[in-house]
Amino acid sequence: MTLTNVVTLGLAAQTEGAQEVHEASGLISTTWLLIALPLLGAAVLLLGGRRLDRSGHLIGCAAVIGAFAWAVVLFVDMLSHDAHERAFSVPLWEWFNAGGYEVRLDLLLDQLSIAFVLLITGVGSLIHVYSIGYMEHDERRRRFFGYLNLFVAAMLLLVLAADYLVLFIGWEGVGLASYLLIGFWQYKPSAAIAAKKAFVVNRVGDMGMVLALASMLVVFGSTSFEIVFAGADGAQTGWLNTIGLLLLLAACGKSAQFPLQSWLLDAMEGPTPVSALIHAATMVTAGVYLVVRSAAIYDLAPEARTAVILVGTITLLMGAIIGCAKDDIKKALAGSTMSQIGYMMLAAGLGPAGYAFAIFHLITHGFFKANLFLGAGSVMHGMNDEVNMRRFGALRSAMPATFLTFAVGYLAIIGIPPFAGFFSKDRIIEAAFGDNVLIGLCAMIGAGVTAFYMTRVMLLTFFTSKRWEDDAHPHESPRVMTWPLWALGFLSVAGGLGLLYIGGGIVDWLEPVTGEEHHDLPLPVAVLIALTMTVVVLGAGVAWFMYQRRPVPVQAPAGNPLTVAARKDLYGDAFNEAVLMRPGQYLTRSLVYVENRGVDGAVIGAATAVGGLSARWRRWQTGFVRSYALTMLAGAGLIVVAMLLVRVP
Amino acid sequence: MPMIIVLSAGVIGVLVEAFMPRRYRHVTQVALALVAFVAAFVQILRLAGETELIAVSGSVAIDGPALFLQGAIVVLAFVSVLFFAERKIEAGGNAFAPSASSLPGSEEERILVRDRVLQTEVYPLTMFSVGGMMLFPAANDLLVMFIALEVLSLPLYLLCGMARRRRLLSQEAALKYFLLGAFASAFFLFGAAFVYGYAGSVRLSEIDAALTARVGQEGLLLAGVGLMAVGLLFKIGAVPFHAWTPDVYQGAPTQVTGFMAACTKLAAFGALLRLFYVALGGLRTDWQPMMWAVAIATMVVGIVVALTQTDVKRMLAYSSIAHAGFILTAFVAVDELALSSILFYLATYGIMTLGAFAVVTLVRDAGGEATHLSKWAGLGKRSPILAATFGLFLLAMAGIPLTSGFVGKLTVFNAAFQGGAMPLVIVGVLTSAVAAFFYVRVIVLMFFSEPAAEGPTVAVPSPWTTVGIAVGAAATIVLGILPGPLLDLAENAAVFIR
Repeated sequence: MTLTNVVTLGLAAQTEGAQEVHEASGLISTTWLLIALPLLGAAVLLLGGRRLDRSGHLIGCAAVIGAFAWAVVLFVDMLSHDAHERAFSVPLWEWFNAGGYEVRLDLLLDQLSIAFVLLITGVGSLIHVYSIGYMEHDERRRRFFGYLNLFVAAMLLLVLAADYLVLFIGWEGVGLASYLLIGFWQYKPSAAIAAKKAFVVNRVGDMGMVLALASMLVVFGSTSFEIVFAGADGAQTGWLNTIGLLLLLAACGKSAQFPLQSWLLDAMEGPTPVSALIHAATMVTAGVYLVVRSAAIYDLAPEARTAVILVGTITLLMGAIIGCAKDDIKKALAGSTMSQIGYMMLAAGLGPAGYAFAIFHLITHGFFKANLFLGAGSVMHGMNDEVNMRRFGALRSAMPATFLTFAVGYLAIIGIPPFAGFFSKDRIIEAAFGDNVLIGLCAMIGAGVTAFYMTRVMLLTFFTSKRWEDDAHPHESPRVMTWPLWALGFLSVAGGLGLLYIGGGIVDWLEPVTGEEHHDLPLPVAVLIALTMTVVVLGAGVAWFMYQRRPVPVQAPAGNPLTVAARKDLYGDAFNEAVLMRPGQYLTRSLVYVENRGVDGAVIGAATAVGGLSARWRRWQTGFVRSYALTMLAGAGLIVVAMLLVRVP
Repeated sequence: MPMIIVLSAGVIGVLVEAFMPRRYRHVTQVALALVAFVAAFVQILRLAGETELIAVSGSVAIDGPALFLQGAIVVLAFVSVLFFAERKIEAGGNAFAPSASSLPGSEEERILVRDRVLQTEVYPLTMFSVGGMMLFPAANDLLVMFIALEVLSLPLYLLCGMARRRRLLSQEAALKYFLLGAFASAFFLFGAAFVYGYAGSVRLSEIDAALTARVGQEGLLLAGVGLMAVGLLFKIGAVPFHAWTPDVYQGAPTQVTGFMAACTKLAAFGALLRLFYVALGGLRTDWQPMMWAVAIATMVVGIVVALTQTDVKRMLAYSSIAHAGFILTAFVAVDELALSSILFYLATYGIMTLGAFAVVTLVRDAGGEATHLSKWAGLGKRSPILAATFGLFLLAMAGIPLTSGFVGKLTVFNAAFQGGAMPLVIVGVLTSAVAAFFYVRVIVLMFFSEPAAEGPTVAVPSPWTTVGIAVGAAATIVLGILPGPLLDLAENAAVFIR
């Protein structure tokens, strides 16, 4: 496993602190297997037909688990290299080469991408296993696993690409797979609409991506990471800000950040494992990855970074507020995802001070959010697919395993030490304070609101009194579903500590890619932690007071204006409808009008005119030789006269 | 010399006609024609390897363009003869009247049809015509050019009148073609006399020398050039000398139409190029405006009138007029690029035209070929392969990418553009866009309309015809995707010997 043939790719001009990229050899050069395995799985499952109905789920799981195993092997291999020599380019082939623009289908395996690969394949594997139980009675389970594999393959291509254009393939692949999965129960109109909505909203972000690609072509003449990052130093700040903002737009689409957040809540129409996959390990993390990966651009584009911070902060508060008002357990969790991704965005916007924490929180969030979603799925599984928390209550004894793992996830997300969320979220709040006190306060308040709504979910579901429907017989889920829950529960407990302190921790691991930077804090760290904990306990206490001490009505009360607004997703859809959809419809209608009257009129008019001309000229063809001869004679006369006339002057 | 092979094969054909028992004649004639074409082609290949020369005491030039066009003509004629020899689609005979001299519908004709008498004179006629066509682009003086013109035309007049079905229409076409052709030939001869009066020679190189020496009396020269242009433009079917084309194309036996449309155009363009490039290149500023006007008129009239045609053969006739216009756009550029692009275009045009007319012969109803467009409705549902092949030829004529027609159009427009004829290119592109309408309309008709109630049947041809059409379709696609080799060939061939 020694790297015998290190080829240094001249990258001296890269931003400071960045490491050199080596050409891969030995084991690392098999990185493509990571993508190929789930892709092959998807191909086999989707093309294999009914023959594979009985074994399809096993093939799907094997593909992802195989990819995970291989990722672990590669990770161990990377560990054998020096800390600053862990970035490898894996050249596959030249994709196309057109007029000085060359795109190579290369992969980039470095500390950042392996972190994502391990998260995606690891959590992905658990979700696959869980889905065996969850989708057991679905006729189209084989197809479901095919889509899941496709999703994982696209996401892996996204994080392993060494060129923005190749990344974009994965980006679109994720969009496609999410569309297929959210709308998997397509016979439900709401699912079909939600899938369409996710796709359309993502399109808006994709436009940002396409424009960013085009801008890169203009500025750098290439879309490969190598050239773009190396050239960022010499580029104009205006262009860098433009590219940064366009990439942010793209990230907002995929990561459901303000103002493109509206699809995420509807996306809960998909099967619950899909929600877990979208929310925990894939899709929504793509935006954060994009921002962190583009560090070289954002480092030099202060305005774009400020925009990232603002977007992150707004989204983290919006998500938290929406999460408070939802009675649907999955939607409450979806609001929480928005909010948590907001934290990550905020951290990523802080630059080198926050990149590593963004990724750190992303990974711990991957653990505990998958845990929570799968737990919610397990509850639904036992409650006849009921999602209304006002119909739950006192479920802890009925499904103890689900309760215990869910509780661990709960403690992790609200950030109680020593659970995973504490370490990662606290770092972000610290870094935010280091940047700006106001932002730091927003992040801290967000933590309090998180504690409130998560406690509410916890209480309404597992404590308080029974409010079940008459025909509900809650029961624990089968082992194939609880086993992944235990695994994720364990990670929610130990993940934070483990990632932070084992072998130098994740911050050191990522440092060669993201750089490192410390800000002076306005308050000592200990005081900050104490303050945050106080706010969290306060939030949880309010929830306990509101929901445990008083009986919970089965019908939701009218609530105050903020609750009403939050129930309506803070008018996100109304906003979209008024600002985007209606003007868009008017625009298309007026365009159709112009098209019908103006363009079509001109075209049809011209066609009619030519047709009329044709009919008239056609009469010249009389069929009489004499008239033909006369035309010829006239023509000959014209030609001779013309020849002579041209010469005279 | 390849021309000698073809012409002597024609002579032998006449002897066969006279002495061979009727039973063996058809087979012998076809074999003779095919063998002669193959031998001529081999000869052309052999000559192509050698240095170019001016032969026959200066009156025949064997150079790149001449050999390229001769090769193309021989190949196309070979395929045409395969179509001529088709005997399966017409019960008990081929596409020609058993005896062209018998009155249509007469007792004599009925007897001949009953006895399954086969017309075999067409083969020697074809051989003579092909010989003339081969000589035409190689003619190095005006008299030889005129002789070649007549040698190629006279047999064609006869061939046009020999249709088995619709004899009157066919004979009318032949007569029209003959009268107008004679008229045009007269113009040519008259012009040649004027030019002789100016230059004192009919040799192309000497006319060129006289132009350089500026011997005076230029009115004579200019009138002569104009008149000769009339004669040649008539043969390529340029406006306003195109009037014969639709009537003759429609009336002639379809196999002959294909042969005529493909080969005559090649030969006539070869002669036009040689005359104007070699002899009159020094006068280009004088004849270019006239050619511009002719090119524009040809494209516009050809395309516009094609729009309202209801007969497949007439539509293809107007389309061939328009193609002549497209080629003329490059013609006015007068350089090697123009020459090579025209050679390439002619080759690809010949292939697709021949193929398209061959497909027309196969779509039949009780009265013979069903050429009215309304009868082609829904053909794609009944015989998808045939309709797809025809669609391919139409797309190639419309110049859709991945067909040879696109590459051809691209090269000629490029040559015209390089030669500074931007307005011509604009007209060309616009008319091409309009042209796409009537080509695609037929495709829509074939594939997206309900089949006509008493629609035509598709005859099952002999393997020879099938192979001919298939080769044409394959060449159309291959030259669309990989035009490189033929383009190189045309480029290498694009130098006239002076």
